[in-house]
Amino acid sequence: MKRVIALLMENQPGALSRVVGLFSQRGYNIESLIVAPTEDPSLSRLTMTTEGDTQVVEQITKQLNKLIDVVKVLDLSFEEYVGRELLLIKMEFSEEAEAEVSNLGGQVLFKDDNLLNVEFVGASEELDEIVTSLAKLNPLEVVRTGLSGISSTTKTLTI
Amino acid sequence: MSKEKLSGAEALMRSLQDEGIELVFGYPGGASLHIYDALFNQQAVQHVLVRHEQGAVHAADGYARSTGKAGVVFVTSGPGATNAITGLATAHMDSTPVIVISGQVKSHLIGTDSFQETDMIGVSRPIVKHSFLAQRAEDIPMIVKKAFHIATTGRPGPVVIDIPKDVTDPDYKFDYSYPKDIDIRSYKPVEEGHSGQIRKAAKLLLKSERPVIYSGGGVIQNDASEELTSLVKYLDFPVTNTLMGLGAYPGTDKNFLGMLGMHGTYEANMAMHNCDLILAVGARFDDRITNDPAQFALGAKKIHIDIDPASLSKIIKVDVPIVGSAKTCLDQLLNELKKNESKLDKNKIEPWRKQIKEWRKEHGLNHRMLKDASNSKKILPQHVIQSLYKETKGDAYVTSDVGQHQMFAAQYYHFDKPRRWINSGGLGTMGFGLPAAMGVQLAFPNSTVACVTGEGSIQMCIQELSTCLQYDLPIKIINLNNSSLGMVKQWQDMQYGGRLSQSTYEDSLPDFVKLTESFGHVGIKVEKPEDLESAMKKCFELKDKLVFLDIVIDEDEHVYPMLEAGMAMDSMWLDKKTKTWK
Ligand SMILES: Cc1ncc(C[n+]2csc(CCOP(=O)(O)OP(=O)(O)O)c2C)c(N)n1
Ligand SMILES: [Mg+2]
Repeated sequence: MKRVIALLMENQPGALSRVVGLFSQRGYNIESLIVAPTEDPSLSRLTMTTEGDTQVVEQITKQLNKLIDVVKVLDLSFEEYVGRELLLIKMEFSEEAEAEVSNLGGQVLFKDDNLLNVEFVGASEELDEIVTSLAKLNPLEVVRTGLSGISSTTKTLTI
Repeated sequence: MSKEKLSGAEALMRSLQDEGIELVFGYPGGASLHIYDALFNQQAVQHVLVRHEQGAVHAADGYARSTGKAGVVFVTSGPGATNAITGLATAHMDSTPVIVISGQVKSHLIGTDSFQETDMIGVSRPIVKHSFLAQRAEDIPMIVKKAFHIATTGRPGPVVIDIPKDVTDPDYKFDYSYPKDIDIRSYKPVEEGHSGQIRKAAKLLLKSERPVIYSGGGVIQNDASEELTSLVKYLDFPVTNTLMGLGAYPGTDKNFLGMLGMHGTYEANMAMHNCDLILAVGARFDDRITNDPAQFALGAKKIHIDIDPASLSKIIKVDVPIVGSAKTCLDQLLNELKKNESKLDKNKIEPWRKQIKEWRKEHGLNHRMLKDASNSKKILPQHVIQSLYKETKGDAYVTSDVGQHQMFAAQYYHFDKPRRWINSGGLGTMGFGLPAAMGVQLAFPNSTVACVTGEGSIQMCIQELSTCLQYDLPIKIINLNNSSLGMVKQWQDMQYGGRLSQSTYEDSLPDFVKLTESFGHVGIKVEKPEDLESAMKKCFELKDKLVFLDIVIDEDEHVYPMLEAGMAMDSMWLDKKTKTWK
């Protein structure tokens, strides 16, 4: 089962490598990982997706909590949550391509006679579909940020 | 209070003093020269110069395990730091509070592959509880304070402080003050157990007909032996200790089943397999205990007390998990039981006690060995440990290395007190025994310290004999010399048709007596069973001397009982021919 874990950690050198290291060290998989400082500059927020049954993910959560740099962990898979990621695509410019992008709800970020850069924001499954439907236009490069999430209950991941 | 101007190196020394540290173990080098100069200019902290950094970390670890206080180590960058790694991993696996302070190359050289540069924070990351890179001299007091707090509280563990050389620069001084309190927002170990869970646990204990209390190293680390003993005595329940937990409950008490697990006693393993309730305290259900987890104590409800939430239901799903310190939770549990005194029926488990007695009579330790001993022309390792026990009246600090000798020591030396049995259980580090004994002897100069070792293990840190002379450490080394890597040989005998691949030395062993003498100590060789007692006596009569007792033992002896891999805990080899399963 796919799991989404969000956590707050000290915004300090070494903190991220401890979190990432924990995964390889204990044989867990990271599917995607996204991290950035928060509005409180002493904290970073990290969201990762991983695969595993309940017992494995419970163990991952506990091990993450054990890291001294990790301040708080929330397993979003146990919550109602919204997850979004950003998809950036570069393709050769054509009117047909531009029309298709706007048809699929994308935004054009850059265009000239040769190239088109576009963005899509959405849930991972939506972006999967967009990538599939744009495949026929032979995109030159496809980039995804990985999932970021926030719970849609009153439970917050804040300190 | 007027503030003092100190350099980073001076601030480090002063912080250690303010933390109450009197002893550090270490080895100097380029990146730690400023630190060593600051050490030179003060008296309060004594430094023990080892002969190899691995020895320093094991010595600090032995000090920590025997005292409960953090052990401190100084190493230099690069090779000094990497030599400390085995020691850190050893401390990490057994959750002991060791603080390694490593010199690092100057800040501006970090990342340039400069001379003696190793990414110590990166290399040590998976084997420490936490680590710090000191980036400014001003940060040192706070880092030291945090390091001690983290290393010694909660589930203890090793901490690394890596300090670039420029951060200890004697010419840069700042206002020193040592923080009184600290608050780490992300680190708040829970001491007290959840009262609802405690009530559930008490209920299960009172209902049980076939209970076992299984306690591990956590009880020793947390100084909870008294609480454990009170609880066991109150309930009059059988109790077993892990290899790491020996001494937490008096080894000579009638309720004690002996050690459990891979080389545990028949009665302890049978009791675990057949019980209806396990109360696990400060233990972690590791693979040397459970054997096949899928077949582990299937008829038993399980209560588990541990300070580390990640230990609960990690391997074995438990019915009543309790997060908290062993000491506090055991106390809470005893109080809860006392509130329900009327429900305690000690007779209820009488049939269970009888059953355990029968198991012990059938196949308890010594059974076959003592029967056959009279015919043996060779010294049996079990007899050596019994002789050591007798000579030291069961009251020595015993460190050990790793192998058969370690298991014999664990089985036959009955520890009545905690912190007396010092061994590398989790990592199984050969070479641990002698340096660990140095740490213990330095902590307790007037106590008897014995190191039970094998001719294989002792050679892994033999250089520390030189340190022992420098600091007058009268350790008694009991070398169970079977001319082989005995534990490896045992597995090869049992599982590889006796093909002894690289487990013997073709007559290349040193003369340990001469070797010891060349280090300035006393060596005694013992070959005949009839000489054992007198040699042991002589060894301990030489109170002020380090004595190396090189005892030639029966090289064919195996350690039994031994769990059969992939099976339940009741599947044991009892001797070379007898097994408990079909
Ligand atoms: C550093 C290290 N290397 C290898 C091993 C694997 N090992 C476990 S026991 C053992 C043999 C130990 O021989 P010795 O010290 O003579 O003890 P004995 O088993 O003969 O009593 C070995 C090689 C280990 N535990 N530690
Ligand atoms: Mg040997």
